[in-house]
Amino acid sequence: MAYAAGVDVGSTQTKAVIVDERLRIVGRALTDTGANVMRAAENAFQEALRDGDLREEEVEYVVGTGYGRYKVTFGNTQVTEISCHGRGAVHMFPNTRTVIDMGGQDTKAIRIAPNGEILDFCMNDKCAAGTGRFLGAASSALDIPLPELGPTALRGERPVKISTTCTVFAESEVLSWLGKGKRIEDILLGVHESIGTRSVGLLRRVGVEEEITFTGGVARNLAMVDTLNRRLDTHVNVSEESHFMGALGAALFAFDHIVASRAPARAGGAA
Amino acid sequence: MTLAAGIDVGSTYTKAVVVDDDLAIVARAMAPTGFKLAQAAEGALAAACTEAGVAREDLAYVVATGFGRHQTMVCDARVTDITAAARGTTHLFPGTRTVLDVGGQTMKASRLDGAAHVRSFRLNDKCAAGTGAFLEKTARYMGYGTTEIGALVETSKEAAAISGVCAVFAESEVINHLSEGVAPADIMHGAIVSLVGRSVQLMKRVRMEPEFTLIGGILRFSRMVDVIRDQLQTDVNVPPGDLVQFVSALGSAILAQRRVAKLGAPAT
Repeated sequence: MAYAAGVDVGSTQTKAVIVDERLRIVGRALTDTGANVMRAAENAFQEALRDGDLREEEVEYVVGTGYGRYKVTFGNTQVTEISCHGRGAVHMFPNTRTVIDMGGQDTKAIRIAPNGEILDFCMNDKCAAGTGRFLGAASSALDIPLPELGPTALRGERPVKISTTCTVFAESEVLSWLGKGKRIEDILLGVHESIGTRSVGLLRRVGVEEEITFTGGVARNLAMVDTLNRRLDTHVNVSEESHFMGALGAALFAFDHIVASRAPARAGGAA
Repeated sequence: MTLAAGIDVGSTYTKAVVVDDDLAIVARAMAPTGFKLAQAAEGALAAACTEAGVAREDLAYVVATGFGRHQTMVCDARVTDITAAARGTTHLFPGTRTVLDVGGQTMKASRLDGAAHVRSFRLNDKCAAGTGAFLEKTARYMGYGTTEIGALVETSKEAAAISGVCAVFAESEVINHLSEGVAPADIMHGAIVSLVGRSVQLMKRVRMEPEFTLIGGILRFSRMVDVIRDQLQTDVNVPPGDLVQFVSALGSAILAQRRVAKLGAPAT
């Protein structure tokens, strides 16, 4: 059995996925990226090996992706995160035409052709507004752990209007709403609406076509899923593996390399 | 003697200044703005009155400015930050033609004519990368508080490259620099260079011309002033000591005195 791995070194977290020959996920790992990007990549890979009960030599090919992909020193090659997220999303939901990926510091919109090819993409590269960090700012301002933000926001009824664009200023705006006596649920709903507005804007720039697949760490947030569904008037695809979509895509690209390297041998001396 | 006051309810600090009829500063006070703007304004004014040894009723006129000016009731009139800064800077430096005001959450540039009238102005208040918050965030990523920035940056020998595109993205840059062994002082210096780059851009948009007067809390950092002087290749006016933070409050107080002179002291 041959195995292939993908390591997605994100701005906030590093993800690793190992797939078998039938392209099933057999090992996965998630670690904080932190200051030592190289070590984060190595740790995530080793943890995924342990998770899959595999030895390093059993993994034939490793692809690095994400902003720190060139720090995956043990990797065989690198692929951009746009390609990897597209690939992963199409693997999970074959009818995907649009991907919205929300990570810790960036949000990407990707449009995909029926054959899985990437047609266009758009991302925030100059400003952290409308990314996972906006939720991080609300989480620290209100002292509510990240996983509880979504469930709390879902109990909101009348969202406050968040007027600041900048993630840094959002923290003080959240506190000022609290000072004005607004309910935490309504403030958080407002925060989700604000991110929703920005990400739908990004989606419209690449063109929205069904089906839409929502990936990245923020896809685990049910209130964000709900906000996108309402804004886009649809049901976005969300996978249990949404967090690992980039790493999965990278592992699939790695598997392509294994297949390609075997092809001449199978041709049986034709070369 | 007629006393008048100005209150500047800024994004981070609220300042109050009391002036006499010779426009000399009799008292000044400063307190963090926080989230209760009306209370901050009231508190700063009360503290300035205490320092001056007078009661609130002894003030003939009070003018408020700053982003929180509409939330306070302890004033007789309100003026914009730009107007207040124009009045304060030309009082201190009559030759001022370009004003740069860098505060905790805003950056403002304006161009004045010879009579202290504002001809053009531009604001940056949507993005933290162009405000004092950028320095605060950079310091915090390295474990320093805002009060430590000035001393820290004085020890820098060379500015590290900080792109200054986004105060959030700066965190990754800071972490990368730290892991490569770059000194925190040099990183802080880099953040200042980046902020100055943004200031100069803003001043270009109002078609800056000398003399330049720099005000606002961030100009307390002498390194900030040095870098601006270098980039503009000209000398700049900076009010001495912490007066640099009180210029808009002073401008408001001067406008309050002028109002008194025009109207006669209001009946109390």
